[in-house]
Amino acid sequence: MLTKRIIPCLDVKDNRVVKGVNFLNLRDAGDPVELGARYSDTGADELVFLDITATIRSRKTIVDLVERVAKNVFIPFTVGGGVQTVEQIDELLRSGAEKVSVNTAAVQNPNLITDAARRFGNQCVVLAIDARRSKTRPGRWQVCVKAGSEPTDLDVVEWAKRGEELGAGEILLTSMDADGTLAGYDNKLNKAVSDAVNIPVIASGGAGTLDHLYDAIAEGGADAVLMASITHFGGFTITRMKEYLRDRGLPMNL
Amino acid sequence: MIVVIDYNIGNVRSVCNAFRHIGCDIELSRDAGTVEKALGLVLPGVAAFGYAVNALGSTGELVKRAAAAGKPILGICVGYQMLFEESCEYGPHRGLGLIRGNVVALPPAQPVPHMGWNRVELPADMALFSDLGEAKHFYFAHSYYAQPADERVKIAYTDYGFALPASVQKDNIHGVQFHPEKSGRQGLKVLQNFYEMCTRKAAAC
Repeated sequence: MLTKRIIPCLDVKDNRVVKGVNFLNLRDAGDPVELGARYSDTGADELVFLDITATIRSRKTIVDLVERVAKNVFIPFTVGGGVQTVEQIDELLRSGAEKVSVNTAAVQNPNLITDAARRFGNQCVVLAIDARRSKTRPGRWQVCVKAGSEPTDLDVVEWAKRGEELGAGEILLTSMDADGTLAGYDNKLNKAVSDAVNIPVIASGGAGTLDHLYDAIAEGGADAVLMASITHFGGFTITRMKEYLRDRGLPMNL
Repeated sequence: MIVVIDYNIGNVRSVCNAFRHIGCDIELSRDAGTVEKALGLVLPGVAAFGYAVNALGSTGELVKRAAAAGKPILGICVGYQMLFEESCEYGPHRGLGLIRGNVVALPPAQPVPHMGWNRVELPADMALFSDLGEAKHFYFAHSYYAQPADERVKIAYTDYGFALPASVQKDNIHGVQFHPEKSGRQGLKVLQNFYEMCTRKAAAC
């Protein structure tokens, strides 16, 4: 039986790991090479690296940085942020990533998912979705792009289903409403998406306590939980999180 | 020195990174002279079986010769599958035939690919798993698996709706279906154990 996964996330801007609240008010969290090595060494199941600067000018820097992080990371490693083409995916995979996440570019050009899946395999392609509660349609969520700054007309559940059909191997689902609040994942969102697709869903945004992690899996139906603030600043070690989830009956890699 | 076989596929780099991280003397090569001098060989692989076997080409003969000479060999993922006789992945394709048995598709009862961390029961008599205890989790990512046909081989199993062979050993030939280079501390320990096996064997000669 596969275990549930604990995935620390490095949001990287100007070569530093940062973390904000609701995608704003960024605070420094350290050096990505050091943090990546630490999480790999202390029992994380995977590592996600998101380039949140993601300007064209910064691409070369990011590839170099990914390479340096990968050198000390001995767990599966996902890289995303500003990825627009199959060539860029290829470059990141060659730099040491196992998977690459796509977000804005996939909304603009859904074929990117299919092209990448055909060339590298579904398991390499993660569809990242930034979701915001819809103001006009209660109980639904809208897809936002460009680091969450631009709302679209796409419905999150529909887009996740479409992403699976197009060839995504996994959904990285971030609740913008919950992100950085430490108030818990949006488990209605997690449940709506995990019920709609057959591929693994990684819940992201809002983890503040150990209970939150459990709830995202037990109530939200997530296969994995992603966190940043709680592990960079929150004082919970990866082992502590895993022991807690194991003691509540979840299969964990311990 | 041990050699990681360089045949221009998949992420051989992460296998090299992992060995270097734990201080092993390794070289990435397919040069006959270098391979012959190696104390042991590692055959990595992330690709479809047929593609990997073709990419390996005549270097396969070097691997077979080292195996016949008793040198420790470690196959990883598709590199492990290639140790067997034949695979049906977009095939049939012939493997190196160092261990009797075939590579077949995972049954569809569980999600395919089998991807993530799964618990492997570790037999006490498999040297690759020395000092790792009775069971550990390792990272898997594959859609096909090897069915050993030789009853004398040692097998470590994982549970994926059925007893799935996760590692097979026949004398000096070792293989792991999972990715030790991506399985955290316990994965690095497997690589360390293999490296020590190579250097110990060399010291005994």
